[in-house]
Amino acid sequence: MEWSDEAIVLGTRRHGEANVILEVLTRAHGRHLGLVRGGAGTRLRPVLQPGNSANVTWRARLDEHLGHFAVEGLRLRAGEFLNCRHAIFAVTHLATLIRLLPERDPHEDVFDAFETLLDRIDAPSEAAMRAVVFELQMLAELGFGLDLSACAATGATSDLAYVSPKSGRAVSRAAGEAWRDKLLPLPCFLLHEEAMPSATELADGFALTGFFLERHAFEPRGLMLGDARAHFVEAILRLQETGDSGARTEPLS
Amino acid sequence: MASAVAGPEIERLIQLLARLPGLGPRSARRAALHLIKKREQLMVPLASALEAASEKITVCRVCGNIDSQNPCTVCTDPRRDPSVIVVVADVADLWALERANAVSARYHVLGGTLSPLDGVGPEDLTIEQLVNRVHSGDVKELILALSATVDGQTTAHYITDLVASSGVKVTRLAHGVPVGGELDYLDEGTLAAAIKQRLPL
Repeated sequence: MEWSDEAIVLGTRRHGEANVILEVLTRAHGRHLGLVRGGAGTRLRPVLQPGNSANVTWRARLDEHLGHFAVEGLRLRAGEFLNCRHAIFAVTHLATLIRLLPERDPHEDVFDAFETLLDRIDAPSEAAMRAVVFELQMLAELGFGLDLSACAATGATSDLAYVSPKSGRAVSRAAGEAWRDKLLPLPCFLLHEEAMPSATELADGFALTGFFLERHAFEPRGLMLGDARAHFVEAILRLQETGDSGARTEPLS
Repeated sequence: MASAVAGPEIERLIQLLARLPGLGPRSARRAALHLIKKREQLMVPLASALEAASEKITVCRVCGNIDSQNPCTVCTDPRRDPSVIVVVADVADLWALERANAVSARYHVLGGTLSPLDGVGPEDLTIEQLVNRVHSGDVKELILALSATVDGQTTAHYITDLVASSGVKVTRLAHGVPVGGELDYLDEGTLAAAIKQRLPL
């Protein structure tokens, strides 16, 4: 068995002294693991950082074997965002999210969205907006997609302002006004892609996806959303308030 | 299955030696044979040194370093600046910094870095003890000497967030061209970091 594919590194786990088990998201082969000989060495360690793109060749005698990866770095982003607080938490959180996907199951749209997000991660507002959209996409890929096309109560397709926490369907402003305390706010950037979100809308977006991710994706697996997401959201909201670019070249405080 | 060529004591010695880092079964056999040949000069002193170490070595209750005294030699050294704490992931990193003789400060050993893949969370590290030390009032600077990996820097940013309210200055090690390093052989990530953090001459 042998194939080559584009991949984004999700993480590594040490295997012995010199080798690592590499976990990647590939374009055509989904989330995939494999042994990298010499992966713990100085030559490959910079390449095998989460968020980097690489060309991987997987070889195994049988399809069900763990197999070996030969890795060639394509776009080494990790060095660029090590000092960028929101970016490093984002990559850690998104890699955790992608690990919820079943192994060896192709998710080309997820790959494309993840790659685009990583390429734009130095722009905090856009990265945050794409992260919320990515979380929605992940919910859909896991089988718990939200229906934001029409109001669950009236069928109206305009002025959608809330999401029902029970059904995961949109609710129009008029129909949901009486239950607004029980409904989740639906930020308009999830309906109109061209709109650039405010800090409040981003917070609403993260609250919306966080609620459903926790309920459908993490809790049933006995997992928690994790600190990385909370720190990412907090960093983004702080940058929105200060208008900072997020990139650091000076001491961390 | 190959039959054993030595008695159970020797086989057990080989098995235990083979568990050491850098040693496989073949090199463990060589080491065992060497120890047996040099029984008086090497094996007996080594056995007594191992026994003494296993009895006396403890983890420092202040910084997490390993030493035969508690608090450790580093924490009780009056010549070290108590207002600066160097945060490292492992004792091996502490030893590396001490070899470099670059800083005369106190240390804090985290016991690893945050790693979602390995299931290492904040509660598995000594982050809470570090935050308590920082809030004790004597500390003015925290140097985060963590590896230039995504896990290492996630840990660094996490700690920075936790101690932000204390007003303590938080710094980290520079990322860039190593001494003796040639640009041609460096990876793109290191070069990008080095360019971003260039210094005026």
